[in-house]
Amino acid sequence: MAFLEYAPAPESRAILSLRDEYGIFVDGEFRPAAGASFDTISPADETRIATVAAASDDDVDAAVAAARRAYTKVWSRMSGRDRGKYLFRIARLVQERARELAVAESLDNGKPIKESRDVDVPLVAAWFFYYAGWADKLDYAGLGADPRALGVAGQIIPWNFPLLMLAWKIAPALAAGNTVVLKPAETTPLSALLFAEILQQADLPPGVVNIVTGAGATGAALVRHPDVDKIAFTGSTAVGREIARAVAGTDTRLTLELGGKAANIVFDDAPIDQAVEGIVNGIFFNQGHVCCAGSRLLVQESIHDEVVDRLKQRLSTLRLGDPLDKNTDIGAINSRAQLERIRELSRIGEEEGAVRWSAECAIPDTGFWFAPTIFTDVQTSHRIARDEIFGPVLSVLTFRTPAEAIAKANNTPYGLSAGIWSEKGSRILAVADKLRAGVVWANTFNRFDPASPFGGYKESGFGREGGRHGLLAYLKSPVSGRGVAK
Amino acid sequence: MTRTDIQTRTPARPERAVEILGAEPDDATLRRYLHGLPGVDAVGLEQRSAALGTRSIKTTSKAWALDRVIQLIDLTTLEGADTPGKVRSLVAKAVTPDAADPSCPRVAAVCVYGDMVPAAVEALGGAHGDPDDGLIGVAAVATAFPSGRAALEIKLADTAAAVAAGADEIDMVIDRGAFLAGRYGIVFDQIARVKQACARPDGTAASLKVILETGELNTYDNIKRASWLAILAGGDFIKTSTGKVQPAATLPTTLLMLEVVRDWHRATGERIGVKPAGGIRAAKDALKYLVTVAETVGEEWLQPHLFRFGASGLLNDVLLQRRKLASGHYSGPDYVTID
Repeated sequence: MAFLEYAPAPESRAILSLRDEYGIFVDGEFRPAAGASFDTISPADETRIATVAAASDDDVDAAVAAARRAYTKVWSRMSGRDRGKYLFRIARLVQERARELAVAESLDNGKPIKESRDVDVPLVAAWFFYYAGWADKLDYAGLGADPRALGVAGQIIPWNFPLLMLAWKIAPALAAGNTVVLKPAETTPLSALLFAEILQQADLPPGVVNIVTGAGATGAALVRHPDVDKIAFTGSTAVGREIARAVAGTDTRLTLELGGKAANIVFDDAPIDQAVEGIVNGIFFNQGHVCCAGSRLLVQESIHDEVVDRLKQRLSTLRLGDPLDKNTDIGAINSRAQLERIRELSRIGEEEGAVRWSAECAIPDTGFWFAPTIFTDVQTSHRIARDEIFGPVLSVLTFRTPAEAIAKANNTPYGLSAGIWSEKGSRILAVADKLRAGVVWANTFNRFDPASPFGGYKESGFGREGGRHGLLAYLKSPVSGRGVAK
Repeated sequence: MTRTDIQTRTPARPERAVEILGAEPDDATLRRYLHGLPGVDAVGLEQRSAALGTRSIKTTSKAWALDRVIQLIDLTTLEGADTPGKVRSLVAKAVTPDAADPSCPRVAAVCVYGDMVPAAVEALGGAHGDPDDGLIGVAAVATAFPSGRAALEIKLADTAAAVAAGADEIDMVIDRGAFLAGRYGIVFDQIARVKQACARPDGTAASLKVILETGELNTYDNIKRASWLAILAGGDFIKTSTGKVQPAATLPTTLLMLEVVRDWHRATGERIGVKPAGGIRAAKDALKYLVTVAETVGEEWLQPHLFRFGASGLLNDVLLQRRKLASGHYSGPDYVTID
């Protein structure tokens, strides 16, 4: 018998007690939205999970008004220490309800439960703990004594790490003394709505955090709203451009965390087995729905065949299937639209002459799935080497010298992250120094820590999230009135 | 693969080493080769082994896996206080691990000091033989175990005496001092000579397990190099530890050694065994090792000639888990026998 027939070991959905229908979360309460509603589905089997509101302009207006009231009357008058207390409380509640949040996230997003359980949710708690500690220490943030909050922050987050991106946005904003109107992505509102319940449990003053669900129109209403002091957006470069255009010439501050086409550079002296793991983690983690994914593998020509061989062998052991199963390595693609885009770009890759290899795995009948795929013989001019695919598709390119590796790595309109694999420390430092990327990982990939700033160059956006730098996006100096990340 | 394969193919190994190295296996050549191997990133290796530890196994697979763990155990006693009586008791446990359940499989081998081999052979009687046939082998530690600090002649005599007394397997220790001093040629030579000493007059040979004592080698790079060195020199098995030094077997170390074995198989088509020894006490941990073997080198490695657990306490925990699986209840430590 096959020993590796691991148990179907699904996490039970019973832990979730979901409402059938969710309104918007304004002034500390759920209320029906004036706008229409839509269903959020599980991408693994396309079944409906719940109905959520599509917040209209009026709904957004109400949310911003609530945030403004809370800012003026409560939050801006509260001491940093007290704000910190709320954040600590939220962090602890996230830990207490970790399993529930992980199940909700995997259900709504399609990511494997082992990732939401071991990566997403623990990081969410870590982010709140970290910024809770900052709330009473803003004098040391680097803007001089007594820096001021900006006011009402409008925050728009993507579907790839719904709850984690929520934490990246809300934790620093609240620590710095801002109030928030948050719009989760259209396809993944569930964990944000559960998070609203946590805010109620934490007794956070009404209006400090408001959550409006909906699609692009809701986001646009938030961006255009005249009473929003700050927009923070994580998502696609195209939408980021639109937002930048919309707020140009206004007082609204802006930080953008956009796409990427990260180079993962493997030198011939790399720790080869760990590099293969890192490549897998770099592009197949979260089905490649990662803005900092290592989607371009730059491998030194002398070890190209060996690396590709080992990579294929490793990919053959990945298990694709039910996101709620603890043994699943690759979950579902988040939406039909995204699946179409991945298929389209893969088709173009084949047409352009790259050689496609996909892991053999059974694809479930319902839901959105894409087998882990590698393209070899990819040239820098191919679209799959330039466009962000945002799926489990790796483009393999080669280089001969460190100079060529650096040139190819930097030859992209993006600049969010990069990876270097080498056992030679001096080479790692020398190459990292020349890479135009916000994050450079050495002998690892996709590692996050709340104390470490994250953000991009060029079309990957501006502003930094995480660490002390993350606070600066939500503060202004009392002297100059200017923040850093404008 | 059967025992006969191992016996007929091994003598050719040192020549193959020369072929692979491109020169005689002296310090300089071996250094060039071993230090040219890709390095090991400790963080990445440990992350991977931690991930392998989170697989959850189907209940039917678990029943199979627990039985398989028993069949892969080298039931061990390596104490200064060992007596023929103690060895007889160990052998009785090896033959009948669970007195209450005759369907319980036997362990692969008993592992004792060289001077206890006659006692083990005698106690086993008709149960002595190839684990593939449901019989039990006798493994003897040799070469001045556990420190390895003795003249080569003494190590060879130690080995030859154990083989002559009926040992089927020899667990030798490498000279860690020589290895850490960069005298790879000495280590190679000693393994190759011990391998020769494993030969029997009838042309067959005892299988050779090479103990790296990973706890003393300290770095993963060293462990990787020592693994290659032991295989190049003719080891049939590479084994983590004597059990006398901490840390003994760990999952990352075993994963690394399995990766070496996988790469050797890829390069030469030859299958080398791996034996984590020391410190594996819980059935739950043993299952993580099985998962690691299956996902790294494949399930075909889960057989006594290619994978072993060197353990004494592990067996009883596996027996308890096995009963729990069958009956749904946990019984206490007094319901399994001490050996």
